[in-house]
Amino acid sequence: MSRTALYEIHDKLGAKIVEFDGREMPDQYEGIREEHRAVRSSAGLFDVSHMGEIFVTGPEAKAFVQWMTTNDVEAVKEYQAQYTLLCNREGGVVDDVIIYKFSDDEFLFCVNASNTDKDYEWIKAESGGFDVSVDNRSREYSQIAIQGPDSGRILGKLLGDGLTEVRRFRFGTFKWQGIEMIVARTGYTGEDGYEIFLPWDDGPALWESLMKAGREYGIKPCGLGARDTLRIEMAYPLYGHEIDEDINPLEAGLGRYVKLENGDFIGRDVLRKSLEDGLTQKLIGFQMIERGIPRQGYDIYNEGHLLGSVTSGTLSPSLDKSIGMGYLKSEAAGRRSVKIEIRGTAREAEVVDFPFYKKEVN
Amino acid sequence: MVQIPDDLQYTSDHEWIRHEDDLIVIGITDYAQDALGEIVYIELPGEGDEITKGDPFGAVESTKAVSDVYAPVSGDVVEVNELLLDSPETINEDPYGEGWMIKVRPYDPAELDELMDFEEYTEHTEKESEE
Repeated sequence: MSRTALYEIHDKLGAKIVEFDGREMPDQYEGIREEHRAVRSSAGLFDVSHMGEIFVTGPEAKAFVQWMTTNDVEAVKEYQAQYTLLCNREGGVVDDVIIYKFSDDEFLFCVNASNTDKDYEWIKAESGGFDVSVDNRSREYSQIAIQGPDSGRILGKLLGDGLTEVRRFRFGTFKWQGIEMIVARTGYTGEDGYEIFLPWDDGPALWESLMKAGREYGIKPCGLGARDTLRIEMAYPLYGHEIDEDINPLEAGLGRYVKLENGDFIGRDVLRKSLEDGLTQKLIGFQMIERGIPRQGYDIYNEGHLLGSVTSGTLSPSLDKSIGMGYLKSEAAGRRSVKIEIRGTAREAEVVDFPFYKKEVN
Repeated sequence: MVQIPDDLQYTSDHEWIRHEDDLIVIGITDYAQDALGEIVYIELPGEGDEITKGDPFGAVESTKAVSDVYAPVSGDVVEVNELLLDSPETINEDPYGEGWMIKVRPYDPAELDELMDFEEYTEHTEKESEE
C-alpha cells in the first residue's frame, strides 16, 4: 500500500481512509455532503497526488501527441490545457486525460491514477517511430486541487496578481517560497478552480498554507467521496464507470473531443466507421421518480425489456435527488422514461439532460 | 472508539438485537454506521412482512455505498421505525436508540441462542478492524 506525501495530514484531520488502486486515500473528513457544498459555495481542497504525470518531450512531440489523442492538438496554444482521450485500435477508451502544452516540444499528460502504468506503457510502446522521449514522473509530483468560487481569491493570496492572468484551461509556472509549481485552471468539479503540480515533498507545505489562507472563506478539506458526487452532478465521465477499453467515446457522448477531420490518431478509422454504421449504445442521465439510489451495475428496463445498465449514481447533494448515468441501447435512446431495477423492484426514473447540476447565474 | 453495549446480542453482519418481552428490536451497530459514513437513505420492510434468517430485510445507503441489512432470525415484522425514512441520519446519531429499525416476533426463539454476545462481537469487530 502506498501513500501520498499528504497522508499524515489526512490522518491528523481524522479522514476516513479508503484504498484506491493500492493507495491509501482520504474518502471524507467531515462528511461528503458538507465537503461537496463547500466546493459549490466557497472552496474545497483535494489531495489528488495519486493522479499520474507523464511527460512527452522532443522535436516530434506535437506530432506524436496528435497520433496518440483524439482531440485536435493544433488547436492547443502554449500554456493551454486540453481534455482529450487515448483510444485503442478498436476505438475503445484507454484513458481520458488532460494534456498541458508547454511548447511544441513538451507536453504533460495528467492521467487517471489507476491507469498510470498502463498509459505509460501504451504511450511508450507507440513512441518508437517518433523522435520523442516518454517519462512517467508521477512519483515526483504532489498534486493539490483547490476548487470552488473562492479558489482564485485564496490561491491569489499566495501567488499574487499573476494568477488572474491564468484563464480557464490555461496554466502557468509560479514560484512560491522557492518552490516551482505548475498552476492550471482546471478541475473535475464544475466549479472554477486550480490544479497545482509541485515537487512531492512540498505538497504538505502548500496544503497547510492554502488551508490557512482559505480559513476566512470557509475552505474545507475534501476527499474522494465529494470528488465523485461533484463529478457525477456535472456528468463528467469516470474511467471504469462511463468509459473503458470496450466503450467508444462517441457512445459516451464525448464526440466534441474526437476530431475525426483534424489529423490521424489511433482508432480514428474505427470511430468514423462506428458513426457511419450507427452507434449501438448511448450514455444518458436520469433522475429517480420513485425512491432509491441507482448504483453501478443496476439494470435499466422498460416494460420488461432490458435496455442497458447504470454506470454511476448517487444522491445528489446539490439537488437532493437521486441521479444516475447509464447506457441505453440506441433504439431506446430517445426514451424519456425508464425503470431502474433496485433490489428486485423496477423503479421509475425520468431521462434528463446533462449536466444534472447547472450553476445559478446571478 | 465505537460503542458496543453489553446487554445486546449481535450478528457478524453488524446488526444488534434487543429483547422486548416476546419481541426483538433490530438495528445496526455503531461500528456499522461508522463504517458507512453519513447515511442518506434507508429501505425497510412493511408491517406484517416476513423476514427470513440470513436474508436481507432492508438496506442502508451512504452517499457512496449501499449496504444490506440481514435478518438475525426469521419472524414477522410487527413495527417499523418510520422516522428513519425521512431522517436516516438518526442511525448515525443514535444507532442503539432512536435509530432502531424494526420490531419482530421470532418464529423460533431457539434461533436467538445462536447470536453473538457482547464479548464475541467485540472480538469480531477487533478482528475486522485489523484487516
